[in-house]
Amino acid sequence: MGISPVLWQFLVKWLHNSALFPAEASTISPYTDALYFFLLLMTVVGMLLVCVLVFTFSIRYRREKHPVATQIEGSTLLEATWTIIPLAIFLVTFVWGALLYFRIYDPPANAMNIYVVGKQWMWKAEHPGGQHEINALHVPAGRPVQLTMISQDVFHSFSIPDFRVKREVIPGRYTTVWFQATDPGTYHIFCTQYCGTQHSGMIGEVTVLTPDDYEKWTRQSTSGMSLAQNGERLFASMGCNACHSGTAAARGPNLAGVYGSKLTLTNGNQVLVNDAYLRDAILNPSEHVTAGFAPIMPTYQGQISEDGLIDLVEYIKNLQTNYRVQQTQMTSESDKAAPQTPTEGTTETVKP
Amino acid sequence: MSTQISNTIVLLPDQATAKLPKRNYINNEHGLLSWLLTGDHKRIAMLYLISITFFFFIGGAFAGLIRLELLTPAPDLVSSDTYNKFFTMHGIIMIFLFLVPSVPATLGNFFIPIMIGAKDLAFPKINLLSWYLYLIGGTLTLTALVLGGVDTGWTFTTPLSTHYLNTHVITAASAIFIAGFSSIFTGLNFIVTIHRMRAPGMTWFRMPLFCWSNYAASILMVLGTPVLAIAIVLVALERLVGIGVFDPAKGGDPLLFQHLFWFYSHPAVYIMILPGMGVISEVISTFSRKRVFGYTAVAFSSVAIALFGFFVWAHHMFIMGVSNYSALVFSLLTMLVAVPSAIKIFNWAFTLQKGSITFETPMLYAFGFMGLFTIGGLTGVFLGSLGMDIHLTETYFIVAHFHFVMVGGMLMAFLAGIHFWWPKMTGRMYPESLSKLAAVTTFIGFNLTFLPQFILGYLGMPRRYHAYPQEYQVLNVLSTAGATVLGVGYMLPLLYLGWSLKYGAIAGDNPWQATGLEWQIQSPPLTENFVTIPIVDYEAYDYEWLEKKQREEVTTVG
Amino acid sequence: MANTVAHTNPLDKVDHLEKLMPHESIINEEGEHVVLPQHRHHFETEEQQREAGSFGMWLFLLTEIMFFGGMFFAYLLYRNWYYPAFVVSSNQLNVGMGAANTAILITSGFFMALGVWAAEVRKKNLLVLMLILTTVFGCAFLGVKYFEYKEKYELHHIPGSSFSTAMFTNPGAYHLKEEPLAPDMAEKTQIFFFLYFAMTGMHALHMIIGIVLLFWLTWRAHKGAFSSGYVAPIENFGLYWHFVDIVWLFLFPLLYLINRHPVH
Repeated sequence: MGISPVLWQFLVKWLHNSALFPAEASTISPYTDALYFFLLLMTVVGMLLVCVLVFTFSIRYRREKHPVATQIEGSTLLEATWTIIPLAIFLVTFVWGALLYFRIYDPPANAMNIYVVGKQWMWKAEHPGGQHEINALHVPAGRPVQLTMISQDVFHSFSIPDFRVKREVIPGRYTTVWFQATDPGTYHIFCTQYCGTQHSGMIGEVTVLTPDDYEKWTRQSTSGMSLAQNGERLFASMGCNACHSGTAAARGPNLAGVYGSKLTLTNGNQVLVNDAYLRDAILNPSEHVTAGFAPIMPTYQGQISEDGLIDLVEYIKNLQTNYRVQQTQMTSESDKAAPQTPTEGTTETVKP
Repeated sequence: MSTQISNTIVLLPDQATAKLPKRNYINNEHGLLSWLLTGDHKRIAMLYLISITFFFFIGGAFAGLIRLELLTPAPDLVSSDTYNKFFTMHGIIMIFLFLVPSVPATLGNFFIPIMIGAKDLAFPKINLLSWYLYLIGGTLTLTALVLGGVDTGWTFTTPLSTHYLNTHVITAASAIFIAGFSSIFTGLNFIVTIHRMRAPGMTWFRMPLFCWSNYAASILMVLGTPVLAIAIVLVALERLVGIGVFDPAKGGDPLLFQHLFWFYSHPAVYIMILPGMGVISEVISTFSRKRVFGYTAVAFSSVAIALFGFFVWAHHMFIMGVSNYSALVFSLLTMLVAVPSAIKIFNWAFTLQKGSITFETPMLYAFGFMGLFTIGGLTGVFLGSLGMDIHLTETYFIVAHFHFVMVGGMLMAFLAGIHFWWPKMTGRMYPESLSKLAAVTTFIGFNLTFLPQFILGYLGMPRRYHAYPQEYQVLNVLSTAGATVLGVGYMLPLLYLGWSLKYGAIAGDNPWQATGLEWQIQSPPLTENFVTIPIVDYEAYDYEWLEKKQREEVTTVG
Repeated sequence: MANTVAHTNPLDKVDHLEKLMPHESIINEEGEHVVLPQHRHHFETEEQQREAGSFGMWLFLLTEIMFFGGMFFAYLLYRNWYYPAFVVSSNQLNVGMGAANTAILITSGFFMALGVWAAEVRKKNLLVLMLILTTVFGCAFLGVKYFEYKEKYELHHIPGSSFSTAMFTNPGAYHLKEEPLAPDMAEKTQIFFFLYFAMTGMHALHMIIGIVLLFWLTWRAHKGAFSSGYVAPIENFGLYWHFVDIVWLFLFPLLYLINRHPVH
């Protein structure tokens, strides 16, 4: 960072121990702090410059010392100087800030994914392995973790100051944030977007565990069903498999391996299938009709909770083959319980 | 000769013999109705001054209650709902009923016509109408308050404000809608007046910088406020009919509201600060007896701020999932809008160079402004920088930042202006030593209140929190202590300015020996300002002209 | 210290620094003396007053543009997102009535323009007649609008709890030659109708305000207030009225026409 390690130690550790500076507990933190100290330096220097100018002039040119003012129009050279130098500094800040922004918001490909649902006034974390937590989040140290977040009601904002990450959690669309925790310990989670009465109660703790402890925790706190398993059940109970069966005659597109692929829609657009796309396609199917299929899938708006949607998304994400889909369908058909569910885009579900 | 004249500012010699003019705008007519139905811009300015002071202290009371609650980490003073109403009412009152009208509607209303040599604003009746609209807006706000308050936050974030709260959102929304039209009409009046009613010889580049900055702010009022109005109307309709324009469950886009809201509310920041910058230009020039350094640059930087100000609104939404490209563009533009402010600060600093400086109260406030606004502006660069914004936004850092700009900047400038023009408005001087004490108290109290909040913000304490973790308490206690000092700093002027109305020394026409047209007429001015319309044959801030003029007067009269 | 003397009489001082200006307000270009009662004391000349008035009106119209601009922006955004829903809902608007209203409004604007001319040439009776005709056509516009809104009410196209998407999900049952919309898209028609009512409603509100002003102007014109060369109120109102016309000239194609030909 160009700052001497001793100084860095002072700035970060000592200030932190005096409760004047947040802990540096993620890989991002040093980068954010470096920019912060640069900006702080800029502010102090700018402030000092203005103070020095004002005080020097005030003393040298006070009435007693300098009874008659010398009228000066201005000076193009000076004015150009204080236009160009601040501009240059601000542009450096812009570039630096933009680089940091992409570092914070571009997750590495190997990040493990955890879902977070925000609602008035709690955070629900859902791990792919089926662990559910409220106002708490357990993550391993040393591994990139991506959070896929959505709100069930109003705007919230998920913030872990010690990791220097924050992202608005918005109703109706997934947002993501990622971090890689470095030091085991517990850190604050805050909701920073005003969200109603108990806004200041919408807090929690993220617990960073060593990889071994995390393994242990994962095993101990699982509910027994992974998200994908929940999703599979929902997929069957809502009758999605009736159309998305993966057979040649299916009315809906094959979902196995669809995640991460590029789809062509009936309107000619090419889209990348990601979490957000899958969710949208379940709720607003008519806008996401895969080319070659009819727009027959009904909407599931208002019929599945955000948690259910996460289960389904997680299920489709992990769907590599249609074997089990077809198995379930045969079972349900033999039960004569198959609901009629036209489908497209990607996934669907039928109301239970 | 010149030494004698420049001494006048210290000795205020004309005060010794000065008398209050027999006829002036205050005693021209009598009775309450003559005030309530007046078309005189000066009387309307005084009406505005009284009403915004009233609302300032109501808003201030809420600020005090907020700080009191935050003295302890536990939510112990009031319930969460009440606390949320406190900061909402604080925000709405301070922004829409104090800061936006503060300098333009009082000082601007009073002095813009005089400064450009006009007898009144172009539309006196519309000017009065805008005060009544302001009052209706204020009354509705108070109604919402009395009925039980609003807890949306002043930002009215959808869908919280439309579907999740049962408080008096529509009442507060109509208050803002109506107060918005008040500011549209004020801005419209200023623009027309400045374009069409300048005295002969008063060219654009002879106007005092106060007029330039109010002109720039007026452009923002006229073009920005209607967008807020429509956004507010849509929120009200959404609440009433439940249509889903902003409701994602029905296909609406809550971010659309954010765009519309910030399209006004970011320029609103410049509506608030630009007129204050104008005051600072006047004050610094007057008390260093020197033309403002780089007049043209300062004038154009106001206009540049107004223009750029319209294209940076999305920097309030960096973490809300705007696309990366628009984040980049808006961050870049935000950096550009910071430059004109830097230009102004340096130009003011260099106005002092080779001046002949005295340190009356307005000058102290102006120095306070320069320091605090520099911090406020530079911390804005933190927030405009994309990656930094992620950590800092929605924390106490941003609270501290905008209070440095709005309170440290604008309120300091407002007080500088009030003290500076008080002799002209009332004909009487304020007590100098007491007011210096107030200026220093305000400055210390302000820093004590808001500097700790920067640290709190970087620590991560979110804004609008009723309760907070234990480890943030020390800084919060400091902040609350500072707020107490700050409160004293604001009460003082109220008391001694009130006192000076009756007991202050008679000011005389030009106690500061300033060059503006407003100082060449009697104080308080005549209802028609000028007996004959002046012909302007000198540049703004031409102290040599003033000296020559006075020398001629001496020879003629003597 | 002699300058203290100069302050004893402020009027003296004013005379020193400011040369007396001829009071132009009482002499017009032809040199005849016209002291107009409506001339406000704080304007130097009649011309200045008139220019200030029309400049102020133009600025006000600029704020109006921004006001409607917010809604146009919302309309364009949602039209882009929910194109199919906007196409079919647009088809449900009554183009006949819309076109008739366009013609009515343009006629009304035409009479308004004639009215301004009549005021300028100081023909009092012609002015009153023109203002009345403007009012009549303005009211006719609102009348047609009433029937349009009524039709929407009967079809359950007024957003809110009574809104029904049946016509869009099952157009066959209503004898419409439309492709049925998927239910999720049909929901979005409500947004179209909300914007339709918000935009035309806001426009109608401007019409109503305009008509109230017209009554007042007609009464003043009848009393002869605008027959002696003082035409600023008529001119400025004319600007307002034409602005309201122009807003409609954007609303009509955007709401009624632009989606007329379905892309299916």
